[in-house]
This record gives sequence, structure tokens and C-alpha cells, in this order.
Amino acid sequence: MSAPVLSVRNLRTHFFTRAGVVKAVDGVSFDLSAGEIMGLVGESGSGKTVTGFSLLGLIDEPGRIVEGSIKLNGVELTSLPDAELRARRGKDISMIFQDPIATLNPMLTIGQQMKLAIDAHERLGKRAAEARAAELLTQVGIPSAVARLRSYPHEFSGGMRQRVAIAIALLHRPAVIVADEPTTALDVSIQAQILFQMRDLANETGTALIWISHDLAVVSSLAKKLAVMYAGRIVEQGPTAALLRDPRHPYTAGLIASLPAMATPGTPLVQIPGTTPSLLSLPTGCPFAPRCELATSDCNTEPEITFVGDRGWRCFHPVSHARELTT
Amino acid sequence: MSKQSTPLRLFWAEFRENRIAVIALVVVVLLILLALLASVVSPQNPYDLANLSLMDSRRPPGFVGSGGYTHILGTDPQGRDLLSAIFYGLQISIQIGLAAGLVSLTIGTFLGITAAYVGGRIEALIMRLVDLQLSFPAILLALVIVALLGQGKAQLIGALVAAQYAYFARTAYGAAKAERGKDYIEAAVATPLSTRLVVMRHLLPNCTPPLIVVATVQIANSISLEATLSFLGLGLPVTEPSLGMLISNGFPYMMSGRYWISVYPGVALIILIVAINIVGDQIRDQFNPRLRR
Amino acid sequence: MLGFIIQRILQAVGVMIVMSVIVFFGVYAIGNPIDIVIPPEATVEIREEAIQRLGLDRPLYEQYLIFVSNLLRGDLGRSFVYNIPVLELIGGRLPATLELVLISVVSATVIGVTLGIYAGYRPDSWIAKTIMAVSVLGFSVPSFWVGLILILTFAVNLGWLPAGGRGDTVQIAGLDWSFPTIDGLSHIVLPAVNLALFKLAMMIRLARAGTREIMLTDTIKFARAAGLSEGTILRRHLLKLISIPIITVFGLELGSTLAFAVVTETIFSWPGVGKLIIDSIAVLDRPVMVAYLILVAFLFVTINFVIDLVFALIDPRVRRGMSA
Repeated sequence: MSAPVLSVRNLRTHFFTRAGVVKAVDGVSFDLSAGEIMGLVGESGSGKTVTGFSLLGLIDEPGRIVEGSIKLNGVELTSLPDAELRARRGKDISMIFQDPIATLNPMLTIGQQMKLAIDAHERLGKRAAEARAAELLTQVGIPSAVARLRSYPHEFSGGMRQRVAIAIALLHRPAVIVADEPTTALDVSIQAQILFQMRDLANETGTALIWISHDLAVVSSLAKKLAVMYAGRIVEQGPTAALLRDPRHPYTAGLIASLPAMATPGTPLVQIPGTTPSLLSLPTGCPFAPRCELATSDCNTEPEITFVGDRGWRCFHPVSHARELTT
Repeated sequence: MSKQSTPLRLFWAEFRENRIAVIALVVVVLLILLALLASVVSPQNPYDLANLSLMDSRRPPGFVGSGGYTHILGTDPQGRDLLSAIFYGLQISIQIGLAAGLVSLTIGTFLGITAAYVGGRIEALIMRLVDLQLSFPAILLALVIVALLGQGKAQLIGALVAAQYAYFARTAYGAAKAERGKDYIEAAVATPLSTRLVVMRHLLPNCTPPLIVVATVQIANSISLEATLSFLGLGLPVTEPSLGMLISNGFPYMMSGRYWISVYPGVALIILIVAINIVGDQIRDQFNPRLRR
Repeated sequence: MLGFIIQRILQAVGVMIVMSVIVFFGVYAIGNPIDIVIPPEATVEIREEAIQRLGLDRPLYEQYLIFVSNLLRGDLGRSFVYNIPVLELIGGRLPATLELVLISVVSATVIGVTLGIYAGYRPDSWIAKTIMAVSVLGFSVPSFWVGLILILTFAVNLGWLPAGGRGDTVQIAGLDWSFPTIDGLSHIVLPAVNLALFKLAMMIRLARAGTREIMLTDTIKFARAAGLSEGTILRRHLLKLISIPIITVFGLELGSTLAFAVVTETIFSWPGVGKLIIDSIAVLDRPVMVAYLILVAFLFVTINFVIDLVFALIDPRVRRGMSA
């Protein structure tokens, strides 16, 4: 296997609020190789988005990365000065957000916004910049791209706007793109289009993709490997197929069991009992223990992640294969 | 997490973190107490003409007058003890500010919520009127109304209300309209609950935070506006001088160096208004969900 | 575009009609209408004659029509005090007020927006806190009081600047202006500062609030994620986004400053329309009061109309919406 383009180790991002320290990300580690697509799955509040922002060094006050390492192409990002971090954002690593209506500036034309993103990293003449912008728009499937450069965001549909955002993220052929639920706000039919287009783009350009989503079904059709987050931690990670077939963490098992596609028609969907704990008042030990039917007194201490081959999980009592399939 | 965290307690905990806001709150409370107790703490009753002597007029701070006590802040052109006049003036200013603020609050909230709840033509009518008025500066409206109605406490409060109710109406309308569109209100309307119950239980509580913010600002504005009108000679009668009137009385003597007649009432007025505004600012920041941490 | 302009002009006319009704009922119906045209010391015969001549014995709607038709012919009566047509009187005073208001509002906007953006961008820095403290003061302290202190400090104690009047003026386009002469400029400084301080505080708050909200939006996050420098984000994104509320308020403030000039002009004896209206209220010179109200309403409507046009020019959403 080639050296990973992105290597994250034991990332912890905490928010120091009035009500207490919110450990939004508390122990996240993974590797990503060129062109690879990783799904980052979890409920809202599990820390997936904060993980994404941490990778780009875009954590606002009162939050900060308190521990861990993020290596992009071998360069440690967490200790970089702001100016150098900025020089890498958009160039080596970029991000796409959930709501394309909110991300583009309504007062600037698409061309102006793309020019700003180009100028941030290269000196290109007006004509060359326009050509690059048009090329990217064409690549993400926007017809008559040259003419569209003069359009304003409100003249595009939601799906088209998201394509524009993707084009901006791709402008400098970054090594990694963090996509934070980029299709959630779109129509289902457009969702699928964008999903597969992103997969093809990742293949063609060698850009690695972190696809953040709460929807296990959507991500698993796209990503080669998965990381499941719960209460700020990755509780299980591994190749998609193996993880879906044979989940080891009880939370992953619960998620998979609650997928409609997994259910026997006519029977009620399986639910995970209880609710997501508040990050302000996590139980000591395994945060999933209160909802877990396999929990024992062992779970009062927090399990470290156990790696077996290319899979890993944070659990003292991993689900056994045979048992899960029969229930 | 040792203490129980009720919303009010959390609000107070956050408020307490801004030391300046806490000081401002203490100042506001102190000034209100001083105003309430004006007749007790003042060395003199400045409205009782029998107490006044022209011999004592326009004396500098520290002067011992015919009453046999020291005028700590000096005296005004009518021979009133300035300190006493300030306490009484504070009382009038606060009285008028509160009265105008509360009446505006009531009328404005009623109109705003009615517009948002009823909708249709009534909504259009009320809000057009409110918008038209909002585009007009409050001071001008107050000026015209006082000019038309004549002088006096009731007229003055009327003018202030006419100039300010629109802010409350806009605010209440905005909050209620946003809430009205939500599903749970639709659901509440669909159930056989009375209109009053829906408004009181659902719409009004949601309008409360922004209305509290506007109310603090508008009470401070009322006090300031009253002082301005009094300064222009359009406020209260001279016999019951508010802070603005005291300042106005001293203005002609300023050029000749008798600064205290205007300056001390002015300082009192400003401390009052600034303190209310600082408290209001803090509440506004705490209510703004987008700035929350 | 043409349709948009026509629609706005119709709206403006509508507002003016409403205003004329309000002023008519306010002054003619609530006050005693005869007092508006006849000095209080006039004899009974003159009063009777005037009531006949002006049709004050006719029904109210007829009176309103007479009022409006006089208005349209530019006939707003004569001032009791100066005994010249009101329109002429106000017209002569208007340049002084406009000069003061424009200088104040423009400088308040430029300085206030700059400070406000800084305060919103670095809300926790001590400079930002100082700016906000100053703005709370500027916002809270009544402007008549600021005027007094300015006079006390710079005119009485230091003797640097004159306390009142307009100073030397220069005729440009048939009107008198103070700003081109040194003496005139020295006279305009204090009242302009007085008038500007309140607006400055307002602009600071507005720009700060706008900046804080905009900086939290996904638009800015996305720009940061694309690697734009903070300077570019402020100059290209923030300034564009914040311009809409700023321009709205600029227009509204232009109008309200016109009204606030009443206070400043009184303190600094600035011979503008504000001073005129206060004097008129004091001596019950009602034709002047009526004319002033109509004039202010007209200015407001005009300003709002211009602002709408400016919006149409800068906001692509409105612009495209109109051509469609």
C-alpha cells in the first residue's frame, strides 16, 4: 500500500464554553490514500462536522484542537502557522458544505467567486483564470460554462449551485476534499447524480474524499471504507463491505439493523434504545454503555481502539458475527 | 454541574460574567431607589416655592444657603438646591420613561401580534402604518404632537408613546410572524383552543425576549427624548423640572462659567441612560442565538 | 426597470397623499384652523372675512381638497412672523441644514462602518471593546447634552472654535454655503461633530452586528476553506454583503438626521430649517409648521425612492428580478 495522503492520529477538538468543556472530537484516527473515499458516519452531534473543520484548521473560538496529529502529504498541519495553513486550504485540502444556497456569496458572480479562489493560490491572468474556471464548471456538469461565469448564484438551481461549490473545491486539484453532507439539502434524484459524479471525479483526479453523512445507506454505496462516530469518537472503522456484513461495535450493529433495507418486510424496524448522550455530561467509561445491551462493569473504563487487520473497534465486548445475524 | 441549571439561573450566570453590565445594573437599581426615596434623601423639597429664596440662586457647589445647610452641588437660577432638584428630576424622568415605555409596549405588542395572528387586510393595514411611522424620526413626531397637544405630563407621555409604539409593534410582529408559520402553532390553531389561549401560551412567550430588549432600549430612549423635548422648551411645565428642564435652565449661564447648573443634572441623566443601555446591550447579546457559545 | 420605477413613483405618491391627510387633520382639524392663517391679534371682522374666503365653513372634505390644491400650486401661505411666503422662507434656510446633515452623515458612515467592521471582526480585542464603549456613550448620551459639552469645552474653555452661527458663506448656484471658507468651516465643525456622533454610534453598531453575523455564515467559512486570505474575505465578501443594510440605514439616517438637526441647530444657533421650526413652534407660526412637515415627508419619500433605485443597482437579486 502507498503512503497515505492524509493521516490523522488521536485528534481531539474541544470547545471551552460557559457550560463546560464540550469534547466534540475526542480521539479520532484514520488514514486516507490518494483517490480513496471514506465515509464518516454518525448522528448529528457525534462530531463528524467538527472533525471536518479540524482537518482544515477552521475551528472557531471557543474551540481548539487540544491534541493529536494531522499529516497531509507528510506535513504536520496542527503546528503550522496560520499563514501556511491558509496557503494549504483550498490548494491541498478543501471542503464542501451542506447548503449550497448559504455557501455562495449572492452578491458576486460565479466567475468572480472562482477567480477569488484561484487568486488565493496562484497568479493567473484574467483569461487563463476564466478558462480554468470554465473547465472546472464543465467538468462538474454545468453546460455552457463560459456564459454561466457571469451568472449570479440565485440564477442557479440548488443542485447546480452545489456543483459550482464542488468546482471551486476542485480548482487546485487538492489531495483531499472534505464533503460535509453535500447532498442532504438536494432532491433525491440530484443527490444520486452528484454522488456518482463525485466518485468519478475522485477516481479521475486522484483526490481523496471524506464523505460526512448521517445516512449510512447513502455513504455505503459510495465509500470504500467507513468510520462510524459516536460521541466524538470513532467507534468502528474498516472496509465498507466487511463492516456492513460483520459489524463489531454494538452501535454499528444497531445502525445497520435499523436500516430499512436490512429489515424483513412486514416487521418493525429495529431501534437503538435510549438517546445520544449530551457531550457535556458523558458517562465515564464507554459512552455507548448506557444504551448497550452487551455492557458489563468492564465498560466503566473507556476501551481503546483495537485493530485487527484493516479493521478497528472500540469495544470490550465486540458483537460476534453469528449472534448478530440471527437476531 | 453541581447547581441546578434553570434557564433563569444560566441567564444570570452569563450576565454576571460581564462585570460592566453588573455594575450598570447596580447603578440602575440605585438610581431607581434614589428616585423613589427622593423626598426622604433630599435636603430640600424643590417644588415647595416657600422653601426657595432668590438669595440662594446660582450659587456654586459647597455654598451654605439661607436654609443653613450646604448645597453640595450648588443651586439653580430659582435658588433650588441642585442635589434635591436632581433627585426629584430623576423621579420624573424615570416615571415618564417607564410610563411611556410600558404603554408603548402594551399597544405595540397588541398591534404586532394581532397583525401576525389575524393576517390579511388587518395585517397589511397595521404594518403599513407602523412602517410609515418607523421611517419617520421619533423626535419629529414627538415634537409635532407636543406642539399640537400642548404641554403636560399626559401629553408628553402620549407623544412619546406615539413616537415609540411602532418599534414594539415591529418587533412583536416579526417574532410572532416567525412563530406563527411554525407547525406547532398551526396545530394549536387547528385544535379547539381559544384564540386567546394560543396567543397567550404560544405566541406571546416567543415574542418576549426581543420585546424585553426593545423595552430596555426604548425606556432609555423615552428618558432621553423627554429630556430633549424639555431642553427645547416643549416638555413639562417649569414647576416640576425633569432633568432635561434643569439642564435647559442652566444653559444660558454656561457661557458665564456657571457650568454646574447644567452639568450636574446632565451627568445624572447620562449615568441613568448609559447604565440602562449597557444592561440592555448585555441582554440583547445573551438573547441573540447566533452569537451564543 | 421602467415598470419598477413607475411602481415606486406610484407608491411614493400614495405615501404623500396619506401624509397630506395626516398633516391636514393634525393641524387643521385638531388645532383651530383659523389660527393658521390669521394672527391671533386680528379683529373679528378680519376673522369672519378670512373664514368666508378660505371656505372654513364648508364640509371637511372640501376643505381638504382646497388644502391639497393650494399645496400643489406651491402655495403654503405666509409666515406670521416674517410675513413672506413660507416656501421662500424654508427654501432660504434649507441649504444650511442640508450642508450640515450631509457632512455629518457621510463622515459618520465612513468612520462608523470602518470601526464597526473592526469591532465585529475582532470582538474580543481591547480596541473593539473601546470602540463599543464609545459607541454606547454616543448612542446613549442625548445629543443636546453632547452639544452643550462641546460648546463648554471648545468654545468657552478652550476658545478654539465659535459656539454658534454660520460664519462666512460663499454663493454657489445661487445658494449660500459655509464649507468653502475657513471661517465657515470653523463654524460647521462643532455642530457637525455633534450631529455625527449619534449617527457614528449607530453605524458602528450596525456594522459590528452585520459583521459578526456575516462572519459566522457558511459563505465566509466556504471562502476560508478555499484558502482566501482574511483581507480578501473582508474586502470582497464582507463589504459586499454588508453594503445592503448599510445603504438602507444610510438613507433612513439621512432623513432622521434632518429631523435631529432640530436639536443641534437650536444649540449652535445654526440658521437652518430645524432652528426655524423650533422658533415657529415657540411663537405658533403654524403655516411654517405645516410646510415643514410636508417638506420633511417629501424628503423622506424622495430618499426612500432613491434608496430603492440604488438597491436595484447593487443587489443582483433585485436587479435581475426586475428585468424578468
